[in-house]
Amino acid sequence: MARSPVDTLIRRHRLRAIELLPWLLAIGAYFVFGDYLALGSQILIMILFALSLDLVLGYAGIVTLGQSAFFGVGAYAAGIYAAHVSGEPLSGLLVGAVAAAVVGLASGLVILRTHGLTLLMLTLAVTALLAEVANKASFITGGADGLQGVDINPILGVFSFDLYSRTAYIYCLVVLFLGWLFVRRLVHSSFGRSLVGIRENTVRMHAIGSPVRRRLVTIYTIAAALAGVAGALLAQTTQFVGLTVLGFERSGEIVVMLVFGGIGRLYGAFIGATVYMIAQDTLAKLQPEFWYFWIGLLLVLIVMFARGGLLGLVDKAIRRFR
Amino acid sequence: MTPALETAGLHKRFGALVVANDINFRLEPGARHALIGPNGAGKTTFVNLITGRLAPSAGRILLNGADITALSQATRVRRGLGRTFQINTLFRGLSVLENVSLSISEREGVSGDMLRSIAAHRTTLEHAYALLQQLRIADDALTPVQALPYGKQRLVEIAIALGLRPTVLLLDEPAAGVPSTESAIIFDVIDQLPADIAVLIIEHDMELVFRFARRITVLVQGTVLIEGTPTEIAADARVREVYLGEHQHV
Amino acid sequence: MEALTSILFHGLAYAMILYIVSVGLSVTMGLMGFVNLAHGVFAMAGGYVTVTLMNTYAVPFATALLAAFIVVALISVVLERTLYARLYGASELDQVLFTIGLIFMSVALVRWFWGPLPQPIHLPAILSGQLDVGFRTFPMYRTFLIVVGFILIALLWFGIERTNFGAQLRAAVDNRRMAESIGIDTRRLFSLAFALGSGLAALGGGLGADILAIYPGYATEYLVYFLMVVAIGGLGSLRGPFVAALLLGFGDTACKYLVPQLGTFFVFLAMIGLLLWRPAGLFGRA
Repeated sequence: MARSPVDTLIRRHRLRAIELLPWLLAIGAYFVFGDYLALGSQILIMILFALSLDLVLGYAGIVTLGQSAFFGVGAYAAGIYAAHVSGEPLSGLLVGAVAAAVVGLASGLVILRTHGLTLLMLTLAVTALLAEVANKASFITGGADGLQGVDINPILGVFSFDLYSRTAYIYCLVVLFLGWLFVRRLVHSSFGRSLVGIRENTVRMHAIGSPVRRRLVTIYTIAAALAGVAGALLAQTTQFVGLTVLGFERSGEIVVMLVFGGIGRLYGAFIGATVYMIAQDTLAKLQPEFWYFWIGLLLVLIVMFARGGLLGLVDKAIRRFR
Repeated sequence: MTPALETAGLHKRFGALVVANDINFRLEPGARHALIGPNGAGKTTFVNLITGRLAPSAGRILLNGADITALSQATRVRRGLGRTFQINTLFRGLSVLENVSLSISEREGVSGDMLRSIAAHRTTLEHAYALLQQLRIADDALTPVQALPYGKQRLVEIAIALGLRPTVLLLDEPAAGVPSTESAIIFDVIDQLPADIAVLIIEHDMELVFRFARRITVLVQGTVLIEGTPTEIAADARVREVYLGEHQHV
Repeated sequence: MEALTSILFHGLAYAMILYIVSVGLSVTMGLMGFVNLAHGVFAMAGGYVTVTLMNTYAVPFATALLAAFIVVALISVVLERTLYARLYGASELDQVLFTIGLIFMSVALVRWFWGPLPQPIHLPAILSGQLDVGFRTFPMYRTFLIVVGFILIALLWFGIERTNFGAQLRAAVDNRRMAESIGIDTRRLFSLAFALGSGLAALGGGLGADILAIYPGYATEYLVYFLMVVAIGGLGSLRGPFVAALLLGFGDTACKYLVPQLGTFFVFLAMIGLLLWRPAGLFGRA
């Protein structure tokens, strides 16, 4: 029976079996790599962070180097909350998300009036501005020494964080899963398609009556909130927040992870973050100074030869063998 | 009868350069109106002023009697103003069906929905597909637009605007760049546009203009030279002078 | 009053350095539309070359600066011909990714060879100490920077206004296609402009080693300042970045003097505000 194009198009958005693979792997890793759950938790956090960047960069096409601003705000907000108000983790996540969303909304309203280099530069400026605040307000952020005293209570009063990061891993996995559910739904919705339209041809979107700026500010704020949750998770699982969460390296790294995996693909975030973090953990131990050299080289090579990242290469391979 | 589109003293200047000179223009409901003039006459500028891409230095624009001069592009579109571009302005990486469903989603107000999968808005997609069938490009529904020949891309360009169900449709050189072997179908599509849409077409192709238009406005250096029926325009000596033998139609 | 003259004085010296480093970026961005985030790397390289020649090889200050200019200009030409040229039509994201890759690579190299600490700079004796102008004293080196800055800028502006190269450059920035159609070889023009801009950046890096410390974080930490100068000044403009550099130089110095607890917070805020008011820059085209 010939399927109508409408059916075919709808099927493309349906959940496929292979999309459950990351979760099976993640659950499997809990049992198989029991000694590496601390690294595992960090990987899950970076995946969430990379997903937030994919929304903004991959889907909406906003070229930004300032996603770490929201990550950092979420981390500091959750850290300060835990250190001075309450060690309850779930409310801490909410605090991180809201704080990051507020900063995202405020900065988005303001900078999404611009585009190109001006926009890029403003994302850097916002991050630098926040880093300056974090540095100078050391009485509350710990300044250059970092925020300490981030003590986290057991989750739901029952699951306390243990030395082997078992609780942390499951905590991060659940949060990531919920985040992914939301992001996946958004990306396959009409709103998500309109973002792709904005990315592909902003001029035409204006000409078909789309409220472009409102959509961009909305996704920017949502992505900020997600990045804030990732930052909050970092603060809670490592019980520390340092100035590096707001640094250029952090912004650059997350872009590398996403591009390496493949932007605008949703799962590029999963692959890129996982491979990057594992590689960094193994290789950076051998020669830490050269880690960034190879990453830089990788980035140059990706731009020159493998623009779609790992997922892009996989696509090409599949097409070759058809 | 309220004109579908009207401009009153529409004026645009860039420093000392006047690109739209106090243009008074009326487009009746259901009109088939052509805007012609030599290169650089300001035809596309006029369209950009009407759609809101460009802000006027003076004058007013009225859509179905309502003043839209201060409104944004997107708001004007939602009030019923659609346009196509002289150079294909498509969503390049997407399929034909997705291109057209983007504009229909906007019109049907579903594109703000971020919590339900696109499958929940199946009817929107089916409306898009129906439009493709109307324009006889349904076979290419799932083809990425950049893989299509230029003529078919031009049809997608028009389909996107039609998806908005505009009351006023501005076609900016719809046949531009289309090889003559493919242009017949574009002419057919324009012929078959719904009778209740007021259509303004900017064109250089005189065959299309005289085939399509019931009224013609001639624009020269931002100023309206003359307006009238095709016969009146063809007979006018000044028009012939302006075109100097390039596009004479007997 | 004393504070005011100090702020103006130090602010002006800082502005000079910012301008000398950033002007090349403004021109190349206006000419080729290429987002070169790695521009700061050339300034950093200039700083390292200057300081190393002086400290390790006892090369005189002026010679070291000249060597920095030439070496970095040459390196930039090689990079431009081999790598940058392949990305001129590429998307903004691709250009950003590429230049970030360059930044990461050069920062790692620099850290490997020179270590993470700022390079000590030993100014020549005649440029150290204080300059006594009667009612107060000014640091000699800053005075030197201001004077040299004005000379360099005058040479640059004169060169752009009066030479053939300058005329071609201005034409190509204004309308590249038109320039090409009258026979200007914009590719070669761009390579030369790129080399000149990178060389100037290197010069700025070496001259400004006292103000912008030479350490591996140079290319990333000061990047936002260089970009701000270019964005606020207006791409492709020569005068615009000068005004922007003055604003940034005075503003930053004033904040550091008057409200040190808040540091650059206000300056960033003001610069962001300025860009929102004039998104194309003060002297840019919309």
